[in-house]
Amino acid sequence: MRRLAILALLALLLSVPLWVGNFYVLHVLIVTGIFTIAAMSLNLLLGYTGQLSLGHAVFFGIGAYVSALVSLGFAVHLAPDWLVTLDPQPVWLAMLCAVAIAGLCGWAIGRVSFKVRGAYFVIVTISFAEVARLVALNWDELTQGPMALNNIPPLAVSLPGLDEFDFIGKVPNYYLVLVAAILAYVVIARLVHSRAGRAMIALKENEPLASSVGIEVTRYLVLAAVVSAAIAGAAGALYAHYIQIVDPNVFMFLYTVTMVIMVVAGGKGTLAGPIVGGLIFGLLPEVLRSFAIRPEVQWVAYGVLMILIVYLLPNGIVPAVASLWNRAGRADAPAAPTTGSSPGRIVP
Amino acid sequence: MLGGIYALLGIGLTLIFGIMRVVNFTHGELYSFGAYMMFMFVMLLHLDFFLSLVLATALGVALGAVIEFVLLRRLRGADIDTTMLVMIGAWIAMQNVEQLIWSGVAKSITSPFPSAPLVLGGISVAWSRLFVFAVALLLIAGTYALVDRTRIGRAMRATFQDGDTARLMGVDIDTTYLATFALGSGLAAAAGALLGPVFVVTPGMGDLAALKAFAIVILGGLGSILGATIGGFLLAFIEELGAGYLSSGYRDAMGFALIILVLLMRPTGLISRKDRIG
Repeated sequence: MRRLAILALLALLLSVPLWVGNFYVLHVLIVTGIFTIAAMSLNLLLGYTGQLSLGHAVFFGIGAYVSALVSLGFAVHLAPDWLVTLDPQPVWLAMLCAVAIAGLCGWAIGRVSFKVRGAYFVIVTISFAEVARLVALNWDELTQGPMALNNIPPLAVSLPGLDEFDFIGKVPNYYLVLVAAILAYVVIARLVHSRAGRAMIALKENEPLASSVGIEVTRYLVLAAVVSAAIAGAAGALYAHYIQIVDPNVFMFLYTVTMVIMVVAGGKGTLAGPIVGGLIFGLLPEVLRSFAIRPEVQWVAYGVLMILIVYLLPNGIVPAVASLWNRAGRADAPAAPTTGSSPGRIVP
Repeated sequence: MLGGIYALLGIGLTLIFGIMRVVNFTHGELYSFGAYMMFMFVMLLHLDFFLSLVLATALGVALGAVIEFVLLRRLRGADIDTTMLVMIGAWIAMQNVEQLIWSGVAKSITSPFPSAPLVLGGISVAWSRLFVFAVALLLIAGTYALVDRTRIGRAMRATFQDGDTARLMGVDIDTTYLATFALGSGLAAAAGALLGPVFVVTPGMGDLAALKAFAIVILGGLGSILGATIGGFLLAFIEELGAGYLSSGYRDAMGFALIILVLLMRPTGLISRKDRIG
């Protein structure tokens, strides 16, 4: 049943470009997909280790900038007479660099930030994002500052025996993002269900207890941060090569907030949560746009909705639906014969 | 002068943070709210400058009380992340309401001070800045007196030390929280109302102010008014140094670099209290 549902969902997602002819809708879906990947990576930190990182846009932005810079090439003075140059590299290599460097930044920032918890942690992560934004804004030589990096080449893949294939246009990019999202989902699911994942959940539930039974707190938190940052970096790289322009605004707090809303609304600490939340909050602005006259009104609605979700569905949509499902199952149970294998209890 | 404003912002935030355990993301909005009220009273209603200042601050106190009453009261005992999300939602909504009402165009407020600066032995100071500085100091002193000398201030200090015990001793927690949030919000609105006439007023002005206030709170240590005061002046000083020696583009980055450094060296802040969240 469960497997069937997943297959049906996959078939639905795969067939989208066949029945959605409107390029604008596809564009919205692609961007939504990219942010959903970022939200999935944030969920690893927020939902599984319980650390509210409000600087997640850092990794997204670093991924976007690294991938753009490596594929465009750059020449930068690290010291007055020390020029570092890089010739343009293939895009796939640039994307790998983005993932690696974002992961590295996750390691470094994680090592520093996990010294503190709670509100302090939140503020440190915000600070990192803000520093990154200001560096991107002011380091003109490398990042072009507010002029933004333009003309970023799209991903091109050349397989042996086939012509080079460029990911230009909506349909190829849709599949690219879809594949990346599935990959990210699998990586996160494997991690969460492994020994390391259980250690992370233990840390969220009760950190002193977990560390007293021998779980190395910092090690697992940093591991989560590295994986999370690498996936966010991949999302940033996809974004850079799809939109083909990167400016310092990718580090904006609003992007982090969008990811947090997606995770919390969908259900933090569930694998499906960020996907559900990502789809809702990725598409919602477009739906609101067709009703509301002004973008400000949309944002007000966004903020109010966020407050309402926290009040009404504190655990998020996915757990709420799951518990409804279970209750329906339990309501049926007494009617079923209680002898033998008790079919009423099949529902988990 | 900026030091005084930063200190006002920091004190408001550190009170709310320390006593209520709420990371107040609407703090920056209260700041821009104060500035916009100032704009409305002075430029649209043509009220007296000083009266407007008082009115803007009073409205800030009132708005703070409303936020506390409507949003935070029902979240008593919720974990810090939950309240934080609610405050982020409120922040987004408030900022865009502001943008809707006042539009994104920057507004300027004329101040009644002479444009010729006061020259004191080689140093020239603008009158308006001197005024801002004096009022900021006055408000800081007033906050000290309120927290140290009055009944409600004692309740605040008791709640800060141990909320449950304070309640057992008969402190009305709801009133204390309400007063704390209103006071902190009033200080933020006052800061905005003071600084609005010096610079210009825009809907996004609160964002950077709020982030800097966080930096100050971290610098000074959670819940420490003295720490926030010193932190405010220190941040202003370091920003000037950074702007002078590095590049003015990095002026605003100073505060954040400072947060990261302080937390690396002394996670409890420069003036440490025993308390540390988490």
